[in-house]
Amino acid sequence: MEFSLKGMLNPLLALQQAGKRPHTIQFPFEEKKVAERYRGLHFNDLEACIGCGTCSTICQNEAIDMVEINPGDSENAKPGDSGLRPRVDNGRCCWCALCVEVCPSGSLSLTTHYNYVSEDANSFLWTPGVSNPDGHKELSFVSDTSHSLLDYARVPMRELEGKERIKSFAEVVLGYADEEAKKEAARCIGCSICTEVCPVHMHIPEYISAIEHGNNEDAIRIIYDNNPIGETCGKVCTRRCEEVCPLGARGEAIAIRWLKRYATEKAENAEIIREIVNPDIKPPNGKKVGIIGAGPSGLTVAYYLALRGFDVTIYEAKAKAGGMIMYGIPKYRLPLDSLDKQVEYMQSVGVKIHFNTKVGEQISFTEIEKNHDAVFIGIGYEVPYTIGIDGENLENSIQAVNFLRDINADKHVDIGNRVAVIGGGNVAIDAARVSRRLGAEVTILYRRREEDMPADWEEIEGAKHEGVIIKTQAIPLNVVDDGSGRVKGIRYGNARMVTDEKGGRPRPELIEGDEHILELYTIIGAIGQEADYSFIPEDIKEKIGFKSGRIVTNEWQQTSVPHIFAGGDIVNRTADAISAVADGYKAVKGIEQFIFAK
Amino acid sequence: MREKETTLYLGPQHPGITGNMMVKLKVTGDTIVRAETHVGYLHRGFEKLMEVRNWMQVFPIVCRICVPEPDPNEENLARAIEILEGREVPERAQYIRVMVLELARLASYLLWFGGQSGSAGLYTMPQWSVGDRDYILDLFEELTGGRVYHMYIWAGGVRRDLPEGFADKVLRVMDYLEKRLKHYDNLMLDNSIFQKRAQGVGVIDREKALDWGIVGPPLRGCGFKHDVRIDDPYLVYDKLQFEVPTETGCDVWARALVRRREFEQSISIIRQIMEKMPGGEFYNKVPNPLHWKVPAGDVYVKTESARGEFGYYVVSDGSDKPRRVHVRGPAYVHGITLLEHLLQGANLADVSFIMNSLGTCPPEMER
Ligand SMILES: Cc1cc2nc3c(=O)[nH]c(=O)nc-3n(C[C@H](O)[C@H](O)[C@H](O)COP(=O)(O)OP(=O)(O)OC[C@H]3O[C@@H](n4cnc5c(N)ncnc54)[C@H](O)[C@@H]3O)c2cc1C
Ligand code: SF4
Ligand code: SF4
Repeated sequence: MEFSLKGMLNPLLALQQAGKRPHTIQFPFEEKKVAERYRGLHFNDLEACIGCGTCSTICQNEAIDMVEINPGDSENAKPGDSGLRPRVDNGRCCWCALCVEVCPSGSLSLTTHYNYVSEDANSFLWTPGVSNPDGHKELSFVSDTSHSLLDYARVPMRELEGKERIKSFAEVVLGYADEEAKKEAARCIGCSICTEVCPVHMHIPEYISAIEHGNNEDAIRIIYDNNPIGETCGKVCTRRCEEVCPLGARGEAIAIRWLKRYATEKAENAEIIREIVNPDIKPPNGKKVGIIGAGPSGLTVAYYLALRGFDVTIYEAKAKAGGMIMYGIPKYRLPLDSLDKQVEYMQSVGVKIHFNTKVGEQISFTEIEKNHDAVFIGIGYEVPYTIGIDGENLENSIQAVNFLRDINADKHVDIGNRVAVIGGGNVAIDAARVSRRLGAEVTILYRRREEDMPADWEEIEGAKHEGVIIKTQAIPLNVVDDGSGRVKGIRYGNARMVTDEKGGRPRPELIEGDEHILELYTIIGAIGQEADYSFIPEDIKEKIGFKSGRIVTNEWQQTSVPHIFAGGDIVNRTADAISAVADGYKAVKGIEQFIFAK
Repeated sequence: MREKETTLYLGPQHPGITGNMMVKLKVTGDTIVRAETHVGYLHRGFEKLMEVRNWMQVFPIVCRICVPEPDPNEENLARAIEILEGREVPERAQYIRVMVLELARLASYLLWFGGQSGSAGLYTMPQWSVGDRDYILDLFEELTGGRVYHMYIWAGGVRRDLPEGFADKVLRVMDYLEKRLKHYDNLMLDNSIFQKRAQGVGVIDREKALDWGIVGPPLRGCGFKHDVRIDDPYLVYDKLQFEVPTETGCDVWARALVRRREFEQSISIIRQIMEKMPGGEFYNKVPNPLHWKVPAGDVYVKTESARGEFGYYVVSDGSDKPRRVHVRGPAYVHGITLLEHLLQGANLADVSFIMNSLGTCPPEMER
């Protein structure tokens, strides 16, 4: 081709650009202002982080490891926190921010900080938040639940409508369908923080994963590995696990309890449980263990000892096993057939139960001691506290645990049409909801505010939904007599909350003159229970240590009398079924060690 | 007497902003007798790595297969998974994805303007075009949080919606680039020296072009109207008006003209996108990334990248990790076999020049 004049001169037009100011950043004289969602170096809000390690799991560059910031952090961490924090190797990181998108707590972010120069290669290992304490001032790519890759919304549980519920004792919770359970299970991030706080350390992520993949039988086997009343817990557990589930930090915790319920309910009867769990029962080892009380703790000890070849016998005062889960928890939460099948299964592996055998009456403690190599006491807290006000002994002033026991034993209790329950715990709520089902109008009187109520929030919601009126900051003063020795009503005073000088929670203080009378047919006390240790001989009682009404044991549930073990409500203050199971599970190891060390 | 043959080694340090590779040249005087490409300097085992990473973790890996234009990798992987899963992509996300892919094409061509001219000794051009490319990187930074690696397109849509006022900024950059094209022409394409260097150099045998598997601008520079966006439209390309320019010279010059004309087409596509983009969702969320399983199956997907048809063959065995992700970038043919072939008999001064005209991209050859 020819060289044209135009073609030779054209390039010279570039000279027009000669005086133009450069449009790129003139580093180092000018600082770059980065975009709002810039993905620079990490920052971690160390307080909000719970050390779940999800960031480390997702990082495809394996740039994150979980470390203790100070030695001992993992031991000293609060429940629901592993004590570890992510450390990022900036030599590996590619700033994809996947870690940010899966951080359940939202503590991890990327910042506008992109320029880091050092001759020290090790200094590229950052513990975000420690290495850049001021990083919170330069946050850019942050975690936001609307963008997160995690699913923060729980699959809702279907329940009976409030109006339907109070017509009968039918189970309120209807359970997940297969697809619902899988969907809920799929939300799990598998961090195991829940396992840590579960008193018995159930293998939660493992059984959730089995459910997600439709392997219910695996889930059941995993559950029975350390909890023989998994179905009960699936329905009524106090679920500390859900309180710490990282998804709960900004959304709804995994419905761990409902998933357990879903899996265990799939085994319809004791034979099927037996078939699925297919436990490995060791040949008899000739050792005998006597257990007092067939509550959750006693049943757990009995079940796992039976599997290990021990000859176990439970002595139970009542006609049925289960303790408070049988005679306390109302049937609309835990139906009878569910409990029966769990107990039947335990009997099928060799657990012997002597019903209607109250120790101290039908058989003496000494005789049990004599006939067994070790004894476990799991008698629970059955004796109700009285409120301590005038008129409490009037006719139709009753106690919640007795009331619930009678109802669960199918006895008739005449509570009339107007009932007040005194107390703010789960027992009070149960008594109130049962009273609703018997047709009464029900008011709960509680001394403090609703947020102070020890009862489970879902229970409180349930009660309200069923029409229970909750009157807070109301202090009972005395029960009013109708003149013939029967209850006519309760006189109570309204209270204001005053801050506690010692820094404790606010306390209620009566407002002078603000007193009222609530007319009633029945008043139900529900402010707590204690144990009846009268069957234990004095000399042994002296040797066993007690503290605030509870028996003191070592970590294996062993009392100061080496062959006597104890667990459940009489030992732990948390006083729920899963803690009782945990005590039982520990006692199994304790008893084994004790007997074989002899 | 036969002239003595000498061995020269070009590279492996970026033989003309193409990425690390080496070309071993046997020359007599200035003439190349034989060329042998040596790759392996960049091998990071991406494909193998993907077999031991879960589906979500694969996204930040694929973008790194191509530095100047990572987005077709993200698009391919996302689309492959979407097909295997039957996952719908919200319409807004499809528009956004086309916008990203075309911005990436522009950014990639801007680098090419620089590389092509630079390797001909025209050093002003890279200063301009790489500087202008920064405007697009600024847009990417604002949209995705990253300038070079965007990690933005993923299965189910895109990662974030457009920031406030983003569309206006995009349009402003388009207007600017359109104006700049005139300057580029003056300096480069209307420059007799450049023309002299480009015409009749690196001529591809038209008859063999299809058999060899040549794609993109090199193929269109041989007169074949081949473009995945038209032949096998994906996303919303079938709702947009644009031309597929072709040239017939089969040489560096023809390839340059194709790119130059396509640059304008991309600007036009982006303007149409900004006008037509509907509102609504931008992401159809995938399951929990920690246990996301993709149904078993296999699929080949392709995207028209700046260098031509970019294909992914993705196999899932139904588990939480890909069984196989095979990446087939255009450079695999262009930068190895075709390059070796075109260099035979070429002048030593034209080696980088020809490499650039083919869109040689070593990271894409070595996955
Ligand atoms: C109304 C109510 C509702 C509750 N709701 C829940 C709930 O929703 N979730 C939860 O986790 N926990 C709940 N709890 C607490 C839970 O039921 C108890 O923490 C748990 O049952 C304690 O188990 P345990 O093994 O200590 O003994 P218990 O369950 O109290 O059982 C003790 C057993 O020992 C027997 N016994 C006592 N003395 C003797 C004797 N001398 N001889 C022979 N046998 C004897 C009793 O008859 C009883 O069967 C509730 C408790 C009540 C009262
Ligand atoms: S994912 Fe978030 S909360 Fe969990 S360890 Fe990492 S930074 Fe902490
Ligand atoms: S930004 Fe990406 S590469 Fe970096 S630590 Fe987070 S997940 Fe790993």
